[in-house]
Amino acid sequence: MTSSEIREEILDILENIAPDEDLSDLTDDVAFVDQLELDSMDFLDIVMELRKRHRVQIPEEDYTELASMASTVAYLTPLMKDMQKA
Amino acid sequence: MPKDFLKGVQDEYDVIVIGSGLAGMTSANILGRAGYSVLLLEQHYKLGGMATWFKRPGGHIFDVSLHGFPHGMIKSCRRYWSPEIAESIVPLKRIRFDNPMFSLTTTYNRDDFTRLLTDQFNVEPASVKSFFDAARGMNFYDDQAMTTGELFEKFFPGRHDVVRLLMEPIVYANGSTLEDPAITYGIVFSNFMSKGVYTFEGGTDRLIQMMEAELKSNHVDVRIKCDVEKVNLRQGRVASVTVNGRTIKTRAVVSNANLRATIFRLLGEAQLDPQFVDQAREVRLNNSSTQVYMALKPGETVEESTGDLLFSSTAADFRTDLLLSRDVTSRTYSFYYPRTRPEGRERTLLVSSTNAHYRDWSELSDDDYEASKQDLIETTLDAVEKYLPNIRERLAHVEASTPRTFRHYTQHVAGASFGTKFEGLAVSRGLPDQVKGMYHAGSVGIIMSGWLGAINYGVIVANDVDAMLMAAATSGKTSAPS
Ligand SMILES: Cc1cc2nc3c(=O)[nH]c(=O)nc-3n(C[C@H](O)[C@H](O)[C@H](O)COP(=O)(O)OP(=O)(O)OC[C@H]3O[C@@H](n4cnc5c(N)ncnc54)[C@H](O)[C@@H]3O)c2cc1C
Repeated sequence: MTSSEIREEILDILENIAPDEDLSDLTDDVAFVDQLELDSMDFLDIVMELRKRHRVQIPEEDYTELASMASTVAYLTPLMKDMQKA
Repeated sequence: MPKDFLKGVQDEYDVIVIGSGLAGMTSANILGRAGYSVLLLEQHYKLGGMATWFKRPGGHIFDVSLHGFPHGMIKSCRRYWSPEIAESIVPLKRIRFDNPMFSLTTTYNRDDFTRLLTDQFNVEPASVKSFFDAARGMNFYDDQAMTTGELFEKFFPGRHDVVRLLMEPIVYANGSTLEDPAITYGIVFSNFMSKGVYTFEGGTDRLIQMMEAELKSNHVDVRIKCDVEKVNLRQGRVASVTVNGRTIKTRAVVSNANLRATIFRLLGEAQLDPQFVDQAREVRLNNSSTQVYMALKPGETVEESTGDLLFSSTAADFRTDLLLSRDVTSRTYSFYYPRTRPEGRERTLLVSSTNAHYRDWSELSDDDYEASKQDLIETTLDAVEKYLPNIRERLAHVEASTPRTFRHYTQHVAGASFGTKFEGLAVSRGLPDQVKGMYHAGSVGIIMSGWLGAINYGVIVANDVDAMLMAAATSGKTSAPS
């Protein structure tokens, strides 16, 4: 998957997790928590969903990499580059 | 021949969950939903653990631990259970305090507390704001050096009345004290303050029934009256459990039993690193509870302005150690109006709860124990008189439970109502590093307790189990070592 496909995928996951949030004006390099009402369980759900959909394993010590859209995509790109978009 | 509660059970499962408390059930549900074969074993004849209820003749149903939980429960139930369960969660509107320092009714959220603290307690608005912000900014991995007492001293020096307002409900909610890390207070308090206190319409019995149906629809094999004796290892990893004289193989175990019981009874220290055993031995348990359950006669009604939750105390000062004393001066009352169970019979019930020490009850002779229980009932009725005059004549049923009762039904060491103190969290999280495939999910570390904490911790642990099983599958080790 390319970086932009990964970004789309994260957006799709976020839509399921936070159905009441407007994600159209998300700023990529600002932390999610400063724009959306996300708590630590929401981040765990992102991790679980990525594992379910793509079998990507994110160890607990790397959860901080998921702070913003930009950092998430940067972290996932090398891990998911060989995967096909579903 | 006694009934075989394991009839038709498979020889092997991907995951065995020991205990059907909210954490255990939630782990089982998520792993079942993810497609793993899951066996859930409960020693009692009912599911739910401390999320429980009992029925008495005359149509009375008493809830044991349904006094209130934070708004976050809606989201967790929607995601990890079902939309139907989430839709039955409703707010409690009247939270009342009555003590020698103040009497007030509140919706128990940040806006209303800000109003009370500034108008009635005359605290500077800026201090109130910075206190709320500090509490909300706390995370469980934060510095634990500051205690809850120090947190209050920092923002409201010398204000025992303010501390009472802010602390008393949380002491009841999770057994924490002024000496515990401030984060154990701040996180739970902020969870409540975000939107107030909620309950489950239809009662605990309805919730647990809905959860059981959900578990079954996710193909979880649910068994009651199955007291797990042992978790068996092979080459340092989980291989099987021994239950009702049978050995069932598995790749992972999630124990929802008390943390200390998990380590010292189910595993046994011989199988563990001595340093870890020492760390586990140091884990302090939280306190236990006593409760008095009162059912009013059919047709007896109570004005809803009496409150949903009432924190009452006759003690002039606020001291968390006094809340645990046998010489009870503080009680939390939960009123259950007929709307609690819209489909049930019209009944009004009242449950009085106090925090208690197991040791104050465990060593009594049988006669002294019965006498103490009777005394607990009588002194409670005397105290209730203030809010419900002529209570004795209006009662259809009354009975009491003690720390011994809680121990009996859940096998919690020392009848602990709220799991362990903060250090229990690290031991619980550290268990899979000791024994591959072995996990603990259940009330630990104060924050991971209560209905919401237990459910969320069940999710966190299910995520770990899923990661482990999937990693094992991709590296080719698809089956349990036999
Ligand atoms: C009096 C009281 C009032 C409370 N009020 C509230 C409240 O108002 N709001 C709130 O949010 N929380 C409240 N709580 C706390 C809340 O009920 C608990 O934190 C929560 O239910 C604990 O869930 P758990 O999953 O940790 O385990 P538990 O409920 O303790 O369940 C553990 C289960 O494991 C089973 N088990 C143990 N050993 C074995 C074995 N060897 N084999 C098989 N099964 C085994 C037990 O029988 C039990 O079913 C209250 C608790 C008490 C006692």
